Amino acid sequence: MATPHAADDHLIDRLCAELTPVRRTRSPLAYAGIWLVFVVISALALAPFADLGAMARRLAAAPEMWLAVVGSTLTAVLAAIAVLQLSLPDRRPAWAWLPMPAMALWVGASGVGCLRGLVVPEAHAADWAEARLCLAFIIGFSLPLSLLLWRLTACGFPLRPRRTTALTGLASAAAAATLLNLFHPFDLAALDLLVHVAAVALVIAANASASGRRFVTGMA
Amino acid sequence: MPTAGEGDDADDRQRSALMAAAQAGDRDAYAAVLRSSIPVIRATAVRLGVAADAVDDVVQETLLTIHRARHTYDPKRPFIAWLRAIAKRRAIDVIRHDSRRRGREVDGQHVADEQPDPRPTPSGVAEQASDARRLRGVVATLPRSQRDAVEHLVLADRSLPEAAAATSRSQGAMKVNLHRAIKSLRTRLGG
Repeated sequence: MATPHAADDHLIDRLCAELTPVRRTRSPLAYAGIWLVFVVISALALAPFADLGAMARRLAAAPEMWLAVVGSTLTAVLAAIAVLQLSLPDRRPAWAWLPMPAMALWVGASGVGCLRGLVVPEAHAADWAEARLCLAFIIGFSLPLSLLLWRLTACGFPLRPRRTTALTGLASAAAAATLLNLFHPFDLAALDLLVHVAAVALVIAANASASGRRFVTGMA
Repeated sequence: MPTAGEGDDADDRQRSALMAAAQAGDRDAYAAVLRSSIPVIRATAVRLGVAADAVDDVVQETLLTIHRARHTYDPKRPFIAWLRAIAKRRAIDVIRHDSRRRGREVDGQHVADEQPDPRPTPSGVAEQASDARRLRGVVATLPRSQRDAVEHLVLADRSLPEAAAATSRSQGAMKVNLHRAIKSLRTRLGG
């Protein structure tokens, strides 16, 4: 009868026979930089199609929008860094908390903007048709951003796939929401905020559910 | 005389160097670092409360994960932290897997009490022979991993460690494959 240690030796012999040289994965910050460069290139590609003057006037009229833009931008950056840190086995799980303060700023500032819409009569709030376009933009733009971040995460080996891919969704949705400001002629209102939250939640949930068996655990 | 801490640091530096060599393709270094990792993996599994009969599963799953994730180890960082993180995660996976499996298992005595008299009648013997042929035919159509599990664990009545060694699979993998094979057989045999 084979002993457990014999089974371990057998497995080690098999793994050694299969051993090939590997290239070490790069630093998480390097991969985060690659992703952020892609986001910036996307923004530059969209800028010619945006009414930058209208965007500047809207931001000047609603100061809390600056905070919301800063919040969504920081959320995207910090969530991407957190994802790529968590793609390495020996990184602390606490990295998952990195984007949370920025997310609180984003949501809080957006909420204040929503209240402004209630008291400023001339504020132009989005209707359902316009809100659906916002939803489609965030979800649609999150897809290529998520795919790229997934690909970069796969250069590591995350031990908690669902948490990692949920954060991937947060980073992508936050980046898409930031880019949306280029085309967002509306003052933020309750409907708009609801649609933004729904879009971000959908992207996070879709990423988390797709994590599945993407990273093989060996539990055949 | 080196202190315990200095000794641990020296051990870790040695493992780190071995793992770096393994990343470059040195098989002897790889075998040495994997063997030296087994006691750490076992200790981690025991500390997390893994059942005694499942510790071997944790060792096997962790070694497999080390193999798949070996490109993520940075020799400038402690090897023991990298190893323990993987061992801890695999131990938690095994605990959860065992917990789900126990939740699906039926109490053996309760099932036995409800079974009819198992002694076969003369006509029953011929029927059993026909059933056995039919079963062997269906087993032959199963995927390789499931077929191996049935042939070694059920038909040849081998123990789990023996079957795992004979098929070069982990005990955890053998259990999962047997479970899937039984499910497939039930579907195909209409039971």
